[in-house]
Amino acid sequence: MPGLTSPKIRRTAGARLAVVAATAVLPLALASCTDNASANPSGTTDGPIQVTSTDADCKVSAAEAPSGNLTFAVKNDGAEVTEFYVLAEDGLRIVAEVENIGPGITRNLVLTAPAGKYITACKPGMKGDGIRADFTVKDSGKQATADADLQKLVDTGVTQYTAYVKDQTEQLVAGTKEFAAAYAAGDAAKAKSLYAATRMHWERIEPVAESFGDLDPKLDAREADLEPGQKWTGWHRAEKDLFPPAGYKELTAAERAAISKQLVADTEELSTRTRTVKLSADKLGNGAKELLDEVARGKVTGEEEIWSHTDLWDFQANVDGARIAFENLKPALQQKDAALAKDLDAKFSALQAELKNHAKGDGFAYYNELSKDEVQQLSALVDALGEPLSKLTAAVVL
Amino acid sequence: MSGCPFGGGQQPPAGTHSDASEASPETSDGGTRRLSRRGLLGLAGVGGAGAVAGIAAGLLGHDALAAAAAPPAANDSVIPFFGDRQAGITTAAQDRLHMAAFDVTTEDRAALIDLLKDWTAAAAAMTAGRTTGTTGAVDGPYDAPPEDTGEALDLDAGRLTITFGFGGSLFEKDGKARFGLDGKRPDALIDLPHFPGDALESARTGGDIVVQACADDPQVAVHAIRNLARIGFGKTRVRWSQLGFGRTSSTSRAQQTARNLFGFKDGTNNLKAEDTALLDEHVWAGAGSRAGEAWMEGGSYLVSRRIRMHIEIWDRTSLREQEGLIGRTKGEGAPLSGGKEFTAPDFGIKGNDGEPLIAMDSHVRLAHADQNDGVRMLRRGYNYTDGSDGLGHLDAGLFFIAFVKDPRTHYVPMQMTMAKEDVLALEYLKHTGSGLFAVPPGVKQGGFVGEGLFA
Ligand SMILES: [Cu+2]
Repeated sequence: MPGLTSPKIRRTAGARLAVVAATAVLPLALASCTDNASANPSGTTDGPIQVTSTDADCKVSAAEAPSGNLTFAVKNDGAEVTEFYVLAEDGLRIVAEVENIGPGITRNLVLTAPAGKYITACKPGMKGDGIRADFTVKDSGKQATADADLQKLVDTGVTQYTAYVKDQTEQLVAGTKEFAAAYAAGDAAKAKSLYAATRMHWERIEPVAESFGDLDPKLDAREADLEPGQKWTGWHRAEKDLFPPAGYKELTAAERAAISKQLVADTEELSTRTRTVKLSADKLGNGAKELLDEVARGKVTGEEEIWSHTDLWDFQANVDGARIAFENLKPALQQKDAALAKDLDAKFSALQAELKNHAKGDGFAYYNELSKDEVQQLSALVDALGEPLSKLTAAVVL
Repeated sequence: MSGCPFGGGQQPPAGTHSDASEASPETSDGGTRRLSRRGLLGLAGVGGAGAVAGIAAGLLGHDALAAAAAPPAANDSVIPFFGDRQAGITTAAQDRLHMAAFDVTTEDRAALIDLLKDWTAAAAAMTAGRTTGTTGAVDGPYDAPPEDTGEALDLDAGRLTITFGFGGSLFEKDGKARFGLDGKRPDALIDLPHFPGDALESARTGGDIVVQACADDPQVAVHAIRNLARIGFGKTRVRWSQLGFGRTSSTSRAQQTARNLFGFKDGTNNLKAEDTALLDEHVWAGAGSRAGEAWMEGGSYLVSRRIRMHIEIWDRTSLREQEGLIGRTKGEGAPLSGGKEFTAPDFGIKGNDGEPLIAMDSHVRLAHADQNDGVRMLRRGYNYTDGSDGLGHLDAGLFFIAFVKDPRTHYVPMQMTMAKEDVLALEYLKHTGSGLFAVPPGVKQGGFVGEGLFA
């Protein structure tokens, strides 16, 4: 269990798909990717558009900008927490927003805006309609956005991924019951054969599963993760018993039965709770990145399955989960950043090809059978994929 | 007194240079801004007392002239070694660290005391910018290896401090007392519990004696540990050692807040040398509740943790996430609740989703005194990089060092919380080494480190 909770999922729980925002603190770092920083035919702005939000005022340094990527540097000079919005002409649809700016703090809002009329709004105190002003984006001749169906493509991707999560949890519940029955009955051979394959369903949707901070440790805690006195349950408890290290004292039948029962109950609870998880594009993108992080942190080092050495099963499952999320977002990504989509396709294929080299029968080689060179090769491919994958969320959501 | 007599970062005023009472030629000549470590053959005295300073080649011009006009003892590269408290605790954090933990391989009490005396002499010499031994690096017999290893010749003292501490295993091993130290192990010198997520390597953990050498020049710090290790051969062996660079804490108001390898300012809220009342409350140990631990009065407890950072994964994390995990902005270091770097965080202020702007599981919140029964610690950690790990990832992170009055109240509860709840720790950090040491009070002229323990 690499982490008890998933901040990526949890922290963005309030983020809406309609939010087309990315925040940053250092305006300079973004200068290279903002069009309004360079050629500026209308001469309205130079560098990021400065927004100063006070309790009674919302100063925007320009009233118009050329289409393309726009950067607003929003400074909160008021005493209350503020927000800044870019709204569509109707004043209702949120095109982009930056939330929760504490007093004295500056945040950047970067968005891709096609030509048209907009409304800007500061919302000191985060209440009401905000202090509004008109804003015009003029056609700069640059392709400023993908086509209008983009939202539909994103929505479809999210729907598909939601279905995937449901399917995986169902398979996880079924597999866990079978595993638990064999383990409780003392059929170690059968339990061992089911262990890694069943866990794959968990590992594929790990970011979602981990978002339940109470269930995750019950199901997936490794021995090293425990605090003094904490009861150890879940998959890795059974792992140690099934793949015992030297000098290990095996569990009694009653203890095994108790662990099995708990494992099934917690998994069913997980399944129930995932039904109400609301997914969105940023969760898919961040979840994909996070799955790769899991591989880099625990699987490629052989730490996750320290007794069974079935790390490559988990590895494959994490990659599966990341790839499905990417595939679901790909139609949208192809419109926003076709080069990134192509790059990710290539990097996923390269990693998958290398994993396939270690396939054995229905499963994989054990981690402790890999040579140092082979581990290095896998690690390099994970890094090669992880870097562009970390750009997926911003590319789709921006 | 010697640790940081008048607030770290400030130069000791003229006349407080405690080495002056040694009456060694260097300090009485006072004019050399930079002291040479070159000793002169024939001047006796263990620990190099009595060596005469020469002016290092290359410094003769401008520095010598400037120095001649300078008031005596204005040598700002020297931090006094002797004093009521050990240097290297409240001393304004130097730029570099070399820390080593030793296992004592002899069981002979007298041999251990001799070692501590030899180490004291060598430490006094090196922190004053001198060589170790009576003949130093180049003035000994031609057919013998030099007493001092010599790589710090021509360098000034570099604000070197050498701080000693004793681990629990010095007092007892396998339930048996060692060195006649029955009943002398302070109650606060506990065995640290297992913290969730700990991945401690035994070759980076524990040790009977720890030596922290801090200096502004890495070569000076390495020289110090190297020579102490050499003096100790036969009685001790190095269990682990760690190089650090880029102090990650400021221990004085005169210092800027440094950044850790995550790129965030670290130590904004640290205890500072100027906070004397808070140091009494949170850093300096009292006399304890038993006679056997009274020797620790005026000392402190050193916690060391080697915290590996998953650097590459962090670098792929969005700025939103990074700032959320820390609870501060990356640029200015302001708490997310608003203000500037030193503005007190407002943990109650909420965003539009009803969640606090400084997340419940953010590092700043969990580490803050308000969330920890008001306890504070004095941190003086360093960034470290031990090359790469063979998988192309930096073996790098934070070598955490903190001084506390009592680890049972001032470290364990906080670390337990962080290990359980701090998402930063859960996702991006791994503790690979650990140590807890009782740091005795300072050494008086003519005394030796830990004298009170053996009294
Ligand atoms: Cu910290």
